[in-house]
Amino acid sequence: MTAIAPEKRRGLFRRKLIDRVVGILSILALLIAVAGMIWIIWVVLARGASVISWTFLTEPSKPYGTLNGGIANALLGTVEITLGAVLIGVPPALLGGIYLAEFGKGTKSGNAIRFSANVMMGMPSVVIGLFIYAIMVIPMGGPSGFAGSVALAVLIFPVVLRTTEDMLLMVPDALRESALALGCSRARTAVRIICRSARSGLVTGIMLAVARVSGETAPLLLTVMWSDAWPKNYFSQPTANLPVLVTEYATNSPFEEQHAAGWGAALVVTLLVLLLNISTRIIFKEKNHAR
Amino acid sequence: MTNIPRKSIMDPACGDRLFRIAAAGSAFLVLALLAGLLLQLGVGSAPAWREFGFGFLVGTGWDPVANVYGALPAIAGTLLTTAIALILAIPPAFVTALWLVDAPPGIGEIMSQALDLLAAIPSVIYGMWGLFVLVPLMQDHIQPFLSETLGLGKIPFFGEYGNGFGFLTASLILALMILPYMSAVMRNVFRMTPSILRESAFGVGCTRWETAKDIVMRYGIRGLLGGIFIGLGRALGETMAVLFVIGNVMELPENLYASGTTIASTLANNFAEANGIMRSVLFALGLILLLLSLGVQVLAQYYLAMTGASRGEK
Repeated sequence: MTAIAPEKRRGLFRRKLIDRVVGILSILALLIAVAGMIWIIWVVLARGASVISWTFLTEPSKPYGTLNGGIANALLGTVEITLGAVLIGVPPALLGGIYLAEFGKGTKSGNAIRFSANVMMGMPSVVIGLFIYAIMVIPMGGPSGFAGSVALAVLIFPVVLRTTEDMLLMVPDALRESALALGCSRARTAVRIICRSARSGLVTGIMLAVARVSGETAPLLLTVMWSDAWPKNYFSQPTANLPVLVTEYATNSPFEEQHAAGWGAALVVTLLVLLLNISTRIIFKEKNHAR
Repeated sequence: MTNIPRKSIMDPACGDRLFRIAAAGSAFLVLALLAGLLLQLGVGSAPAWREFGFGFLVGTGWDPVANVYGALPAIAGTLLTTAIALILAIPPAFVTALWLVDAPPGIGEIMSQALDLLAAIPSVIYGMWGLFVLVPLMQDHIQPFLSETLGLGKIPFFGEYGNGFGFLTASLILALMILPYMSAVMRNVFRMTPSILRESAFGVGCTRWETAKDIVMRYGIRGLLGGIFIGLGRALGETMAVLFVIGNVMELPENLYASGTTIASTLANNFAEANGIMRSVLFALGLILLLLSLGVQVLAQYYLAMTGASRGEK
């Protein structure tokens, strides 16, 4: 860098100008992205809010062509499917995270699992849906809410696994050593001491993963399908759920009323996901500052 | 309980071992899932490969009645939408990350959170917004503006008249969806550049842009590539947002305004009524998508691991 050829030397004015232009462009790009977000949320709010009423939230949806149905069955179905996914996916993810942080630090198998979990996080959700279709829907003879829960659990699993590991690694080693010195077993140390002190982090990871999958549509389209009934036969029948309802009403219906109902359902999904996401961030942040 | 000998599940050492085995088993579940994915899609698609051979990959026909299936339109559509989305999203992701790293703390924080929210919106909402808001806008204003006012319609493959649906619309939405992910990874990469390098650059009189371009980018190029691959992976497999606006016809891309399909949207669109050989064909498409994403993700993780940057997803 000592001898720059004279012809390569750029004028100070030009260099400063380029710098300024790039600065303006980056603010512009940021504003466009944020405006896009506000635009989308605004459209959903504006078009969905007028539809939402007490009956809309408490009446079940009606068969195709019958208008003025509600979304209560889909709301309940979504809650069922998501809770099922949490029950199936979170325990092994926590255990796996404990393994990575407490036993698999720096080992070859630990690294391999970490790497695969990262890869797994990037797998398209529709492919996961296809996988669950092959191992559950075909053998069970048809789509069911349970199959959907398993598909979402597969999506949750690597995310919670990795956040659990990250959170446990943040716990100081002195705590581990003290517990072991007092005669606790490794298992007891991990569960009673380490997990407890990383509790808020673990909950955050789980909540964010749940927020992420509760709006997932593609895997449910393949594994749960859609129904107008109340979600009574969770284990054996197609189960009503919000994301697929939005898809059905938006793309497969010629009726303005159903488009409007689709916007209402879209608003409920969006609020559900964003509130879960934002509140988790805020709670976790306060906890972090308190520490 | 009294008759059980001391060496039982209640024994701490034994319990410890059991716990460790359970934990290890859960962790290895990731590998099992990956292997299971490959295996199941392989088995499910076997009839299709037997029937059509590797000609399936380059076949262009799609006629369920005559049992003719080809994957090329879906593959081409996937690659086209992903490529345009990346071209549209990489520069803004790069500059926003650049700006956010040095931004004044208050505004920077708010803007980062806003970008994260953009990533949190469910894809079906993007799809719905695309279908009811962006498609009419594209048809009435953006497409005529691009091809007539700017004269881009003269370029071959760009397209002169559109109905709002099609590859360009899908790519626009994809670009908006992957931007926050790429920007987040890139922010992490920028933060990891040793400050002594940046300060030295400023010290010898570099402007901020020169520092970014010649120092930070060179230092973190692998991490940036990792971030781009993360975005690429998301764009490849995105289903709902594309399904709503791509038009869903099994045809090779004619131009940017044409309707078409992608692998993911073909899967979502046809699976409900598929059986027999068609179901197997869809599994074959799924396998192709799986292998593409697997390759992209492995590269992304490899690059990110080399720089030690995290995925930027939390």
